[in-house]
Amino acid sequence: MAEKVLMIALSPTMETGTIVKWNKKEGDAVESGEVLCEVETDKATMEYESAQEGNLLKILVQEGEEARIEDPIAIIGEKGEDVTDIMKEIGETRAKVHVPEEEILEEEKHSAVIAAEEEQAGGEAEGEVAAVSERPGIALESREKEEAVRIKASPLARQLAQQHNLDLKLVKGSGPDGRVVKRDIEAALKQPPARLIQKPAPSAVIAPEEIPLSGKRKVIAQRISESKFSAPHYYLRTVVEVDNLMAARTRLNKGRDEKVSLNAFLIKFTAEALKRHRIINTSWGGDRIIQFGTADIGIAVAQPDGLITPIVRDCWSKGIIQIDKELKVLVGKALNNRLRPQDYQGATFTISNLGTFGILEFTAIINPPGSAILAVGQIRREPMVDEGDNISIKSTMILTLSCDHRVFDGAAGALFLKELKEMIEYPIKFLY
Amino acid sequence: MPTITFREALRQAMDEEMARDENVILLGEEVAQYNGAYKVSQGLLDKYGPKRVIDTPISEEGFTGIGIGAALAGLRPIVEWMTFSFSIQAMDQVINNAAKMRYMSGGQFAIPAVFRGPNGPAEYLSAQHSQALQSIYAHAPGLKVVAPSTPLDAKGLLKTAIRDDNPVIFLEAELMYSLKGDVPEEEYLIPFGKAAIRREGKDATVVGFSKPVTMVLTSADRLAKEGIEVEVIDLRSIRPLDEHTIYESVKKTNRCVIVDEAWPFTSVGSHIAWLVSKNCFDYLDAPVELVSSEDVPMPYNHRLELAAQPSVKKIESAVKKVLYIEQE
Repeated sequence: MAEKVLMIALSPTMETGTIVKWNKKEGDAVESGEVLCEVETDKATMEYESAQEGNLLKILVQEGEEARIEDPIAIIGEKGEDVTDIMKEIGETRAKVHVPEEEILEEEKHSAVIAAEEEQAGGEAEGEVAAVSERPGIALESREKEEAVRIKASPLARQLAQQHNLDLKLVKGSGPDGRVVKRDIEAALKQPPARLIQKPAPSAVIAPEEIPLSGKRKVIAQRISESKFSAPHYYLRTVVEVDNLMAARTRLNKGRDEKVSLNAFLIKFTAEALKRHRIINTSWGGDRIIQFGTADIGIAVAQPDGLITPIVRDCWSKGIIQIDKELKVLVGKALNNRLRPQDYQGATFTISNLGTFGILEFTAIINPPGSAILAVGQIRREPMVDEGDNISIKSTMILTLSCDHRVFDGAAGALFLKELKEMIEYPIKFLY
Repeated sequence: MPTITFREALRQAMDEEMARDENVILLGEEVAQYNGAYKVSQGLLDKYGPKRVIDTPISEEGFTGIGIGAALAGLRPIVEWMTFSFSIQAMDQVINNAAKMRYMSGGQFAIPAVFRGPNGPAEYLSAQHSQALQSIYAHAPGLKVVAPSTPLDAKGLLKTAIRDDNPVIFLEAELMYSLKGDVPEEEYLIPFGKAAIRREGKDATVVGFSKPVTMVLTSADRLAKEGIEVEVIDLRSIRPLDEHTIYESVKKTNRCVIVDEAWPFTSVGSHIAWLVSKNCFDYLDAPVELVSSEDVPMPYNHRLELAAQPSVKKIESAVKKVLYIEQE
């Protein structure tokens, strides 16, 4: 006989789920335990394993649509079975279910009043409502809600689930009426952990653990400490209007398949500013200062095991498009862990952009052998006051330059940053 | 170690205690000249004479009351009931006098009496003679209730009962009297309130007492052949009850079946099922099962008589139920 497939709670707090994908289509045979569809819950996308078997006769909730817990999402039955009756039934329940919530509440309140009146004839009805609704037998709404998420499990199964931090809702019960029993918990624990949503453990239970250092982590720690503890850093911060830059970028990208990145622009502007302030493109040599003959600009790329800074070499001689092309190759390599040492060693200047992470501004640690690093914040729409005290809304970002005071002083750093700011604000300036 | 019958073990216990203490007397229907309706008191009249082994009229209320009076006066009577079904006559004496006297006299009086005899169904005895009445006696505070399942326990527990200064209800069974078992020659006592683990197992705990324990052990053997290892607990005494042993076992196996041949309603078995549910709640993987007699007067028809009582099959089925093993 055809039966409804209901949306189930796939996370402890889920109220509705969105069908992301149907793994079966109408007419397909479905085995019990097979993945019927993928459901996006409030937490994650989960696989919905069918508890029923037969033929998927009808999909009621399409991909991208949402269903509340207990809503029918499909009909399973025997191949070719007539679904008219069951569709009609579903239609009726739906109509009933979709009574606005307020109305239901009113109705319940009303029936509670009647109950109170019946029980204590002569009692003031309105006064009884509150007292009555506190009694468990009459608190209809909350009781129904509870039953919708009620899981049948033996006390031992509950205990074990709690001990192993397992969500009982995701364990299929093999006992009478689907009661979850010890053997089900044991079976669930043998499954790969990804299949089961882990509830956050009470903090006291998490034991401290030691994470061994990867080779990369060691190098980062050592180089960053060396830089921060030997180079006296100072920081210069400025707000830059980027409307013109954005416009320039939009113009450049118009009609291009491959969009030129903002970072490519920043690298090129930085290179041009470095060309005019070569003291920034330097390295502290202990007894001397080394001034580089090229602008080899590194850009920090985040990887799961630590950051790496692939370098676009000789940016003075390259245009933005060329820089962008090289940058894309380098970033691709970085993300695949395929960079060779020559790809990331020896940056004369470094840019770190955390804007895409929503970071407003930050101070970076200089990446040796360079003597400065530019930290780029998020682009935001901000009210700006111009010289005539007019307020207008501009796209802005905050640039923070970290400088090695041994190599150059505040004024030199400020002049460089001012140059860079002006170039970004009036891109044509680098032709001057 | 000699192998003797349950009947002989009881006789030895009474003989030894009568020899040890001249205050111990035995009274009941046919206990003296006929040597006991079930020959439990064989030879005691010859040995201890008619002053200490006394035949009484067929009046349970009368001779039970005499026993209680004798206990109040300082003797240690053993009152034999021909069957517990007849003890219903004596219930006022036992529950209103024996069980209350120590309490109501503020400890001034003790009732060191034993009330013993066959309890529970035997065969072909119909409704009025086939009753397991432990629930009624265990219900009343002030009584100790003992229910051995082996000759060895019967002897050790009866000796302890005779020496106890409180009224003790001592449950035997017609069908157990010829049950054989090893009993040491040297003297020994078995304390009340200590259950015996008759068989160790990890899969389910089966709690029983008195005659059905043998049936439980048979079920356990059969289940073992299917790979199910049952832990069998023989309570030996119902009051005091060895709760600790039950709980430790259930905590290990997570499942519990109680076997009690009384009716299911408000029985010792249902009480233990409640205790286990309450005290082992978080350890239970299945509801506690109770194997009892059916809730009917005992039928005379033999097939129905057997069907109304616990059986090896019913115990096996209950064990499988708590293990969630599907059965036809």
